[in-house]
Amino acid sequence: MYQFKRLAASAAIGLWATTALAQDSITVAIQLEPPNLDPTGGAAQAIDSVLYANVFEGLTRFDADGAIIRGLAQSWEISEDGTVYTFNLAAGVTFHDGTTMDAEDVKFSLDRARAEDSTNAQKGLFAGITDVTVVDPLTVQVTLDQPNGNFLFNMAWGDAVIVAPESIADIASNPIGTGPFTFTDWVQGDRLELTRNPDYWGPAPALESATFRFISDPTAAFAAVMAEDVDAFIGFPAPENLPQFEADPRFQVLVGNTEGETILSTNNKMPPFDNKLVRQAVAHAIDRQAIIDGAMFGLGTPIGTHFAPHNPAYVDLLANSPHDPDRARALLAEAGFADGFTTTLKLPPPSYARRGGEIIAAQLRDVGIETEITNLEWAQWIEEVFKNKDFGLSIVSHTEPMDIGIYANPDYYFQYDNPDFQALMEELNATTDPDGRDDLLAKAQAIISEDYVNGYLFELAVATVAKAGVQGLWVNQPTAAVDLTGVSWAE
Amino acid sequence: MSRNLIIGALLSLFFLALAALSFVWTPNDIEALDIPNKLQGPGGANLLGTDHFGRDILSMIMMGARTSIAVALVAVGIGMALGIPLGLLAAARHGSLLDELIMRGNDLVFAFPSLVIAILITAVFGASAVNAIIAIGIFNIPVFARLTRGAALPLWERDFILAARVCGKSAARISAEHILPNITNLMIVQGTIQFSLGILAEAALSYIGLGAQPPTASWGRMLADAQTLVSIAPHTALVPGFAILLMVLGLNLLGDGLRDWLDPRIRVARV
Repeated sequence: MYQFKRLAASAAIGLWATTALAQDSITVAIQLEPPNLDPTGGAAQAIDSVLYANVFEGLTRFDADGAIIRGLAQSWEISEDGTVYTFNLAAGVTFHDGTTMDAEDVKFSLDRARAEDSTNAQKGLFAGITDVTVVDPLTVQVTLDQPNGNFLFNMAWGDAVIVAPESIADIASNPIGTGPFTFTDWVQGDRLELTRNPDYWGPAPALESATFRFISDPTAAFAAVMAEDVDAFIGFPAPENLPQFEADPRFQVLVGNTEGETILSTNNKMPPFDNKLVRQAVAHAIDRQAIIDGAMFGLGTPIGTHFAPHNPAYVDLLANSPHDPDRARALLAEAGFADGFTTTLKLPPPSYARRGGEIIAAQLRDVGIETEITNLEWAQWIEEVFKNKDFGLSIVSHTEPMDIGIYANPDYYFQYDNPDFQALMEELNATTDPDGRDDLLAKAQAIISEDYVNGYLFELAVATVAKAGVQGLWVNQPTAAVDLTGVSWAE
Repeated sequence: MSRNLIIGALLSLFFLALAALSFVWTPNDIEALDIPNKLQGPGGANLLGTDHFGRDILSMIMMGARTSIAVALVAVGIGMALGIPLGLLAAARHGSLLDELIMRGNDLVFAFPSLVIAILITAVFGASAVNAIIAIGIFNIPVFARLTRGAALPLWERDFILAARVCGKSAARISAEHILPNITNLMIVQGTIQFSLGILAEAALSYIGLGAQPPTASWGRMLADAQTLVSIAPHTALVPGFAILLMVLGLNLLGDGLRDWLDPRIRVARV
């Protein structure tokens, strides 16, 4: 529509050259549509993609590089023993409905998230909080049961954004936050619109308005970008098409890293995967580079454990599981499966899973493991694999930042139950000293790598295709977010 | 013999031969992926190029022909095996409650869009080649039942049937010994047409991921896989696309040609 107006205007004054009008709106496409608009209640990442930093803000936030910076809290003090955080809130902040954002709202948001009946998808973030006290309207004190080196990081998650009791009832369909953009419209199945918040407490964004569109089909995504229907596509689903965009001066391609550890999820409680030798055999059967080249057309970094390679605490453990089919066959024989076995491989929709699944099936077949491939839609995958744990193998990318803690939860869908690891995570949570934390994280990475809990494949890369004039988009995805605060058009 | 018949027969035989050959020989093993060798154009070491996993497309086409033909053949078999007896029965008991029941049952199946029901069946019972066969087969039943009844009804009025009845033959024997041989030509022609529709249906189901599952090769899934590659490696889509086109064209020409050739009235007119 905008294109059409511009065309009509140009034609009316008899000029076909691009008009000098400054562009102040953008159409951004992402793959998945959010199921609702409540980041504090829903687990879907698409909610954060649309709303994080745009509509909702937390006490702290991630910046484009994944560092934790100030959010609604302008400064904070941590008590000597590391258990009391005193946050000083920004002054003059209002929600989009005009109500004031103050310490009461922070208390409300944190208490709501950690309540018994809370539906927050990441309740673990708030688990250590014992008390939230309002000191004065701009000061709030959070008391923890023990020191937590991750607390400021936890408060930066999309699940920990500050909401208001006045607008909480309709948050799923009408999100009211404190961010630089206000929610204006959501046409389900098509688009979601945001408009600049004139009363924003921080620096005003360059864009007047933004439209999110949801295009999951790779072919449709390619067509939409090529036809310039969208100005930017965050998380472009077809890596094979990127060279074409790179060669086209109309577009720019940004390839960044994500927090997505793509793993061959293994059901650790289902025989024969309860046998470590079998899991190790699977790990040696996998040729990571073939998967990265075949499924992702070269985008992605091999990983040997469940940790992001760009994180300073990452330890390269690829040597634990090099591609070695002979070793895999020997291990299978040692485990009593000399003739191999048959298992299920359940794949969600993204191409890393569907294509990667075919490649892994071929690699496993090579060592004698037959897989029955089932392609599932996301809803089915959540039901069958994630909730009912009815699977042998699956492929999925775990995109939450710093999520090695999931291995301490024996009820998590891959059902890894190791008391040593759980004790290590307890210790990690109680450690605030950065060096001590790095040591513990290194130990944790080694334990799961040497236990061959899952097949560790690669760190998912994210590709953004944008029109050449768009600037300020995040290259990396330290959390699921399309932060439009700093986005503008080049003159 | 018409030119259509010859062209159709040659095309159909060509694909049948490819499928038969795939049992003993294919240029490459399609289960072995060769990723560094992906998306090679046609004409090199691989006659029709390679796909996104470096598999030889010619080998995939041969194995895919096997899947398509097997699915379509069994589906048509199901349709004939159940549809023809039902049609004969309805014709023999013309006007009875049974006839009414069979034909209204057929109408019921006909009333549903076939592909939608096929999707439903594969969604409920899981996506596999076997379920695709069943789904396509079910929709072939009313086609053959109706055609059989329609062709058998006028035969029942003929004198030679009356003679058979006077001799004391049962309706079942008359249907089998006198009616069936007289409608065989019609069934062969319809079978060919249904066969081509079966190939299209298998390709459609596989294209949306509900047909044969990997690593079984299927033309429809080759097309689906090639979808995002069209602009960089057009041969990955063109080859399976043309395979489907030529096979279906061949079967349709064959069906048309057979009808002209087998239909006594037209044959007499031509002579």
